[in-house]
Amino acid sequence: MVSCLGQHNYMKIEHSKGIGESIKRLEDKRFLQGQGHYIDDLQLPDMLHAAVLRSPYAHATITNIDVDFALEQPGVVTILTFADLHSVKPIPIRLNPYGSLEPFLQYPLANKRVRYVGDPVALIIAHSRYQAEDVLDNIVVQYDPLPVNIDAEDKVSCPLHHDAKDNVASNFVQQKGDVVEAFNKAEHITKLRFTSGRHSGVPLETRGLIANYDATQEKLKVWGPTKVTHFNRGVLAHMLEMEEHTIEMIEPDVGGGFGVRGEFYPEDYLIPYAALMLKRPVKWIEDRLENLMACNHSREQIYEMEMALKKDGTILGIKVLLSNDQGGYIRTHGIIVPELSAAIFPGPYRIPNYRCEVRSVLTNKTPAGTYRAPGRYECNSSRERLLDLAASELMIDPVKIRSMNLIQPEDMPYEVGTESLGENIVYDSGDYPFALQEVVRLSKYEENRHVDHDNLSNKKVGYGIACFVEKTGLGPFEGARIEIDQTGAITVSTGAANVGQGLETTLAQIASSVLTVSPDSIQVLHGDTDLIPYGVGSFASRATVMAGSAVYYAAQKIRKKLLKIAAHTMNCQVEQLIISDGDICMIDHQDKRLTLTQVAQQSSPRNCPPDIEPGLDFTHYFRCNQMTFAHGATIVKVEIDITTCAIVPKHVWIVYDIGKAINPQMVKGQIEGGAVQGLGGALLEEFNYDPSGQLTSGSFVDYLLPTTTETPLLESKRLDRSPSTLNPIQVKGAGECGIAGIGGALANAVADALGDSGNNVNVLPITPEKVWQWLMPMQDKTN
Amino acid sequence: MKPAPFDYYDPDSVEEVLDLLQQYGDDAKILAGGQSLGPLLNMRLSTPQIIVDLNRVADLEYYKSDNTGLRVGAMTRQSTLEDDTNLRTTQPILAASIPYIGHRSIRNRGTVGGSVAHADPAAEWPAIMLALDGTILIRNTKGTRTVDASDFYVSALTTDLEPDEILVEIQLPNWVKTSGWSFIEFSRRHGDFAILGVAAYLTLENRRCTKSRIAIIGGGPIPIRTSKAESMLIGETISDALLKDVAEQASKELDPDSDMHASADYRRHLASVLVLSALQKATERANKSGGK
Repeated sequence: MVSCLGQHNYMKIEHSKGIGESIKRLEDKRFLQGQGHYIDDLQLPDMLHAAVLRSPYAHATITNIDVDFALEQPGVVTILTFADLHSVKPIPIRLNPYGSLEPFLQYPLANKRVRYVGDPVALIIAHSRYQAEDVLDNIVVQYDPLPVNIDAEDKVSCPLHHDAKDNVASNFVQQKGDVVEAFNKAEHITKLRFTSGRHSGVPLETRGLIANYDATQEKLKVWGPTKVTHFNRGVLAHMLEMEEHTIEMIEPDVGGGFGVRGEFYPEDYLIPYAALMLKRPVKWIEDRLENLMACNHSREQIYEMEMALKKDGTILGIKVLLSNDQGGYIRTHGIIVPELSAAIFPGPYRIPNYRCEVRSVLTNKTPAGTYRAPGRYECNSSRERLLDLAASELMIDPVKIRSMNLIQPEDMPYEVGTESLGENIVYDSGDYPFALQEVVRLSKYEENRHVDHDNLSNKKVGYGIACFVEKTGLGPFEGARIEIDQTGAITVSTGAANVGQGLETTLAQIASSVLTVSPDSIQVLHGDTDLIPYGVGSFASRATVMAGSAVYYAAQKIRKKLLKIAAHTMNCQVEQLIISDGDICMIDHQDKRLTLTQVAQQSSPRNCPPDIEPGLDFTHYFRCNQMTFAHGATIVKVEIDITTCAIVPKHVWIVYDIGKAINPQMVKGQIEGGAVQGLGGALLEEFNYDPSGQLTSGSFVDYLLPTTTETPLLESKRLDRSPSTLNPIQVKGAGECGIAGIGGALANAVADALGDSGNNVNVLPITPEKVWQWLMPMQDKTN
Repeated sequence: MKPAPFDYYDPDSVEEVLDLLQQYGDDAKILAGGQSLGPLLNMRLSTPQIIVDLNRVADLEYYKSDNTGLRVGAMTRQSTLEDDTNLRTTQPILAASIPYIGHRSIRNRGTVGGSVAHADPAAEWPAIMLALDGTILIRNTKGTRTVDASDFYVSALTTDLEPDEILVEIQLPNWVKTSGWSFIEFSRRHGDFAILGVAAYLTLENRRCTKSRIAIIGGGPIPIRTSKAESMLIGETISDALLKDVAEQASKELDPDSDMHASADYRRHLASVLVLSALQKATERANKSGGK
């Protein structure tokens, strides 16, 4: 029997109900019944529709825009260009807003110059989207083309921004130890240039916004924001020069975020601006052609790596020159992606000496931002490939070179010596060697690797490993408010967002574990800036860690109050009571009980004892500046037909430790969904540009997402060996563990399958044609 | 992604369709299953003034076999043929290729006539038509004419059809039971247009090849038969060495494009690999079916 008080008993209560159960997702009932409410489902009376005119040039000066003829066309209400925007400001950076990046920020509409194909030039408002699109061709824009740069390593390109001397938006170094000395002592040096292709999160639902000025509330309402609604409200208030409290942002149901959806884009200013100007609701739904050229791209990085080792495989040091292709502007993520790459590059290994120089370079492509495991998918892929190359050169087994360099459990907490988001990177807990052992055991790597190698004539099988550490639970805070009304109904409100990951279920389970009620009796509200004064949002695998902890503490506060009021009603001491199955009862006389509803009635101002503050309404802000680090290891098995060069991922194994799972089945979904998404970037997805800067994979005909037929067998195993010590529910974020290591494991598997040609593997995505090129010199020899 | 304005007609007879085409000619575009035209309209890559929708023309949705062969009405859905298991023995190449046409939901709407007439050089139907010596029945207000598949494909997405004509039926000769066949397609994902695809068949009599067909999609602006490679087989007994030479020759007869999914050189490489596999499989099947 569980007792009711004292911090040391919290964990016992959690285990009793809610946390750790794979209950069905609470939001799925409405989704499966077609009752979800996505942004395009919302219709307001008198609503107008917007379309954005986008630049067809990658780099050009705008010499004239003539909208006169377009304005006369049927249904057109107004057309806005840069010159029409009153006191317009550039879109500010959300994460680490270094002042030096300001010259590179994007204005909502292009000011006399366009810098990528898709750069917004004008906004058309019409009575229908059809009419708005009809006039796109009637706006006469005169462009004077400028030289185009699509190469982040091109040092002599023409500067994209007037105020800048060149296209290097940022150049910085992260280092620890003495890398020069390490290379002097090296017995072996492995060098690799590895490139990660440009791709991005491509949510099923594209972006969309509706803005309307509500005169009765004197409030601008914006539907469609997600991810970071409180922050975006601040940005919009700043840009429109309004008071923050006169804006309400409302998150609808969201069909996938992945880091790209929910950032503040040009349209997030333009649509509210037009609604205010016209005093009518305005709707904009991004179509897929826009989505692929307008929404943040990601991942395009080049790593020039050198690793100093001892002959036995011990790593002495690593030098990296990292070129990050930023695209035409710095957007809300600033330079956080390459910064995270540099900070997390050492991964789960002891790298005593490390130097990473980062050059983030502007190019005439869609601006880049974060995408699920930003910076880490790329740096993990590069590092893991480097390790396998070193193992191959030194003739050491891939498992052994990893095992001997992994950080050991006794090293925890481990200070990496790098920093990101203004914090030193400190791994809080984890048994990295165990995760590697487990994935090797689970995949029968030792037994099958060489057996499979010898099978089948044209089909070559390869196994690849990648170990990873994932930063999760980014601070600085998140809040939760829990109310119980006089009927006993429980409502949780938070500033975190539901981008499809199942936040409503997770938070309900955490609250239910404390209040011992069924999770489906708890309503979770989120994504409306009017619900709670402060909020941060859902990114960086933080929502369960931060909002979950806030819910936990708020529920504890409300539980304490319930017991206090019940003790008064039952005329006993608080210490004599427990809460069980949602009732408050006496430990020694469990038939003496009050229902939650009865206690809730006693808490109302009408009934509450005079010496107790009425009401059951508590808010808690959980604050933590330290990130909590999940970890794991991935193995991929591929089969390559060396005649056609087809690459088929056959099996993926992922072993991961996130401390503790609130809902194991949902976590499994995150891990395996992430793995498939990561295979897309490793094998299929790429934003290609031709030399003139045209996006050549701008539709789903050419931008290839993985489907079920491209999905291998997936096996994942959760370890609960390293609970987080940084939060009361002991969790680490799960959202990015599936994708973090998959690119490197896939690349290593391909290299393994290709045998002697495998050392050529130096890029993602790996296409059949690349395999053919890597194999060709060998085939020429045998011919 | 909203289409430009157009006028829409949905007649319910072939005669009315032909009258509309007579009247509007080049300004009209025919809508069949809409699996290609729909996206082209939405992306405004195609902006016809008139859409003539065939979906109410019941007379065009049929297929039947008789002693002359298989006749398929233009508006027959791909999935209708896919679901007829008899076709696996009566028209084996056709039955094997249909599952490669997009995905099931595309095949539920997509039509045979639409696919043949759209003439995408990487689509499956053109290869079938070429490999099986198919013919195409065409009508306008003045009458009907028949065109061999080998004369039908003119250039990328362009056929022998005149603006006032519609494709009403495709015809495939009856399958020669002593023939062996193969259909192989290579694409990045299942359901995508082929990077390269091969439809092949050969007939053996007394161990010698009396007829051969090698049709390739994705190997150039139009689907083609590699006739020199085909003729290398005639009168010969099949050996692996011969098939390798034939496959090499077939790849040389192509004029592939380079794009982001595959360079011309890689497509040629794929052609030699896939033609070899296809001919090996076809030989194996021919031997099994008694064509010795």
